[in-house]
Amino acid sequence: MRDWFKSGSPWIWLTAGAVAAAVLAVAGVLSLTALRGLGHFWPKPVVETTFQERDGSKIGLIGEIREREEVAVRRLREAGFVISGNAAFAERVLMKMGNKDVTGIDFRWFPVPLLGEVNYPKDLITVERREWGNFYGHLVSVKEDGKVVAIGEDAWPEVKARVARASALFKQALSLEKHDIGKVNYEIEKLRLQARGLELQGKLTEQRKAEFDTQRDGLNAQFAVLQDRIAILRKEIARDTLVGRVMDGKEVEIKLALVADIYRANDMGLFEKMGHYVGKLAEFVSEEPREANTEGGIFPAIFGTVMMVLLMAALVTPLGVMAAIYMREYAKQGPLIRVIRISVNNLAGVPSIVYGVFGLGFFVYFLGGNIDQLFFPEALPAPTFGSPGILWASLTLALLTLPVVIVSTEEGLARVPRSVREGSLALGATKAETLWRTVLPMTGPAMMTGLILAIARAAGEVAPLMLVGVVKLAPTLPLDGFFPFLHLERKFMHLGFHIYDVGFQSPNVEAARPLVYATALLLVIVIVVLNLTAIRLRNSMREKYRGLETV
Amino acid sequence: MSNTPESLSSGIRIATKFEESQEPTKRVEDLEVTLAVKNLNLFYGQSQALHGVNINIPKGHVVAFIGPSGCGKSTLLRCFNRMNDLVDSCHIDGQILIDGRDIYDRKVNVAQLRRRVGMVFQKPNPFPKSIYENVAYGLRLHGINGRNQLDETVERALRGAALWDEVKDRLDTSGLSLSGGQQQRLVIARAIALEPEVLLLDEPCSALDPIATAKVEELLIELKSRFTIVIVTHNMQQAARVSDFTAYMYLGKLIEYGDTKDIFMRPARQETEDYITGRFG
Repeated sequence: MRDWFKSGSPWIWLTAGAVAAAVLAVAGVLSLTALRGLGHFWPKPVVETTFQERDGSKIGLIGEIREREEVAVRRLREAGFVISGNAAFAERVLMKMGNKDVTGIDFRWFPVPLLGEVNYPKDLITVERREWGNFYGHLVSVKEDGKVVAIGEDAWPEVKARVARASALFKQALSLEKHDIGKVNYEIEKLRLQARGLELQGKLTEQRKAEFDTQRDGLNAQFAVLQDRIAILRKEIARDTLVGRVMDGKEVEIKLALVADIYRANDMGLFEKMGHYVGKLAEFVSEEPREANTEGGIFPAIFGTVMMVLLMAALVTPLGVMAAIYMREYAKQGPLIRVIRISVNNLAGVPSIVYGVFGLGFFVYFLGGNIDQLFFPEALPAPTFGSPGILWASLTLALLTLPVVIVSTEEGLARVPRSVREGSLALGATKAETLWRTVLPMTGPAMMTGLILAIARAAGEVAPLMLVGVVKLAPTLPLDGFFPFLHLERKFMHLGFHIYDVGFQSPNVEAARPLVYATALLLVIVIVVLNLTAIRLRNSMREKYRGLETV
Repeated sequence: MSNTPESLSSGIRIATKFEESQEPTKRVEDLEVTLAVKNLNLFYGQSQALHGVNINIPKGHVVAFIGPSGCGKSTLLRCFNRMNDLVDSCHIDGQILIDGRDIYDRKVNVAQLRRRVGMVFQKPNPFPKSIYENVAYGLRLHGINGRNQLDETVERALRGAALWDEVKDRLDTSGLSLSGGQQQRLVIARAIALEPEVLLLDEPCSALDPIATAKVEELLIELKSRFTIVIVTHNMQQAARVSDFTAYMYLGKLIEYGDTKDIFMRPARQETEDYITGRFG
């Protein structure tokens, strides 16, 4: 036994065990989020059954079973349910009933012993609506302008075709609203700001005023035309409705204009389900959120996260690299520079929310406020840069990640062999030329390492962002087709904040829960992709310097 | 001579080499001087590394500095292109003149000076760039960017360094992919591409195997018609093989300086004799 201890094998076991625990933890986190998040998009079967209420009355039930758990029968009895038999435990299920417009509750737990016979009728339809959440029920008929065009089994193909038509029209209307009307609005706003700017300078003559008025009238006319077109489209979309019968036999009329998707989950084959799954997944990453972020996609959040990280990288790299060069190459190595270096290293330990407060106080209110005074007086009192936005968020995070970039660049500079510097100097290069042509390219991999660490930290940071630019729902992306294309003053959405918002601020927690996992998984994926890109870049740089023993 | 004890063999072997030559003794005083050191003292902080060194380097010849480790031969060499400027605590007094002009004068542009006085270091230190870019590095620094001119100069420099035939088909590969000896010749090519007046070599063969060493030595003998060469070495055979003049240094002082043949055959000072016969050092 003593020999065994002396041989060092216990250490090997202990250290290897630690590695295994770490790997398991990471794998566990990832697989849990993947399982919970990705499962959400699989079409779930819709059950039809009955339920005996506390007062003994029977009600019909249609919905998706989302969760099952064991509870003590005593607890159920205390809650008022009448359960016979002497089993100590009973199962209960969480049912998504949808039809919020009819029942008012989306999710509810039902004890299984009180459920009637469970059926999966093939003709049950699931309708994803743009308002009021999902609808579950039997399709009764399809109407056009209030007149029934198809009933029963014939209604299904009819309704599918008409939903496709309505969706196409809806997209058209949306694009008109977003792009064309957006453009006109943008122009009108620009005109207003121009006029206001001239007015502030005292140069707004009657003649200019008249010019502005005619221009504005022109734009207003365009606006009216577009409005008319949209109104026509809307009327077209509103032509069709479907009638569905919900669980208690009541009939509900649903405008196809509000239908985002319609399908019969119980009637799908495996391949159909897979197609549906891929479609839902694509929708999730490419579309905008609906219904207070509990439905639809999260594209703006992905876009905002990536954009913010890239902006941050573009800001932090030059700043950090320059600071590191001065500290390592030019500054006299003494007590002062040592104090500065220690301070920089300690900056990394400051809680991120403190950076958020600083960003709000300094960047947003002070810098942004002054920029507004100087460059955008015509827009005041509405702030331009004087309110939280993506630029300030990126700057705040750049500040937060500055230490890692400085430290790793400094290390990289220190690792460049003296002999290479001397070789360059001996050829008649000045110190600056040596730095620029030889030392900095060789420091590239180290800078990239710093950047990788910075990205990893910045992409996951949420707390400071809440103060300096992230919002629950941003109407516009920070990048679009209107000059100057990149709108640094705009607020943006962020995956990390989206998780928080969906998970904790949602009006429909049960519906949002799978989305929390899915968004978390996506956040991880985004960070991994950003990091992998940087790592590949670094490795290709390293390849160049292989053979130089110290790099 | 192969059965003489190792400690004495080197001096004897060198001596036999010179016995056959009948050339008259060369005298530095008779030759045109490129580089003159006048009463040079050098200090690292408080400690003095060079003590009143006076030496003239003749044009178009190879001068070797020999001596035990720490005797100041590399330090002296690094004064010639002011590489010692990089050491914060280093300061000198005395004069070093190249073509009659003091290189430590305030008005001297150090970068220009280093262009005129090339240097090759102990360990090959090619840049992590292609072979071509390694040689073109100095040229680009001095504003030569024309493709034709660069091509021509790079080829001439590589030929001059006897490396052209080995690398002409892979000029785009990294300089780091070459062998040690090739790297050292690449570094020499990099230095001679700038057509310096003086070429300083700081123990250029100490990291090389015998075959690579022989190639570099051959090259040095070829190059002396075009450049003034100063080489630091602790390999006495090497000094004997390549140099015209040899300076023996000990503890920061120049002990003896003269025709290589004389230094090895008839050293005037006892310390020199002790060193080259291997009795010490």
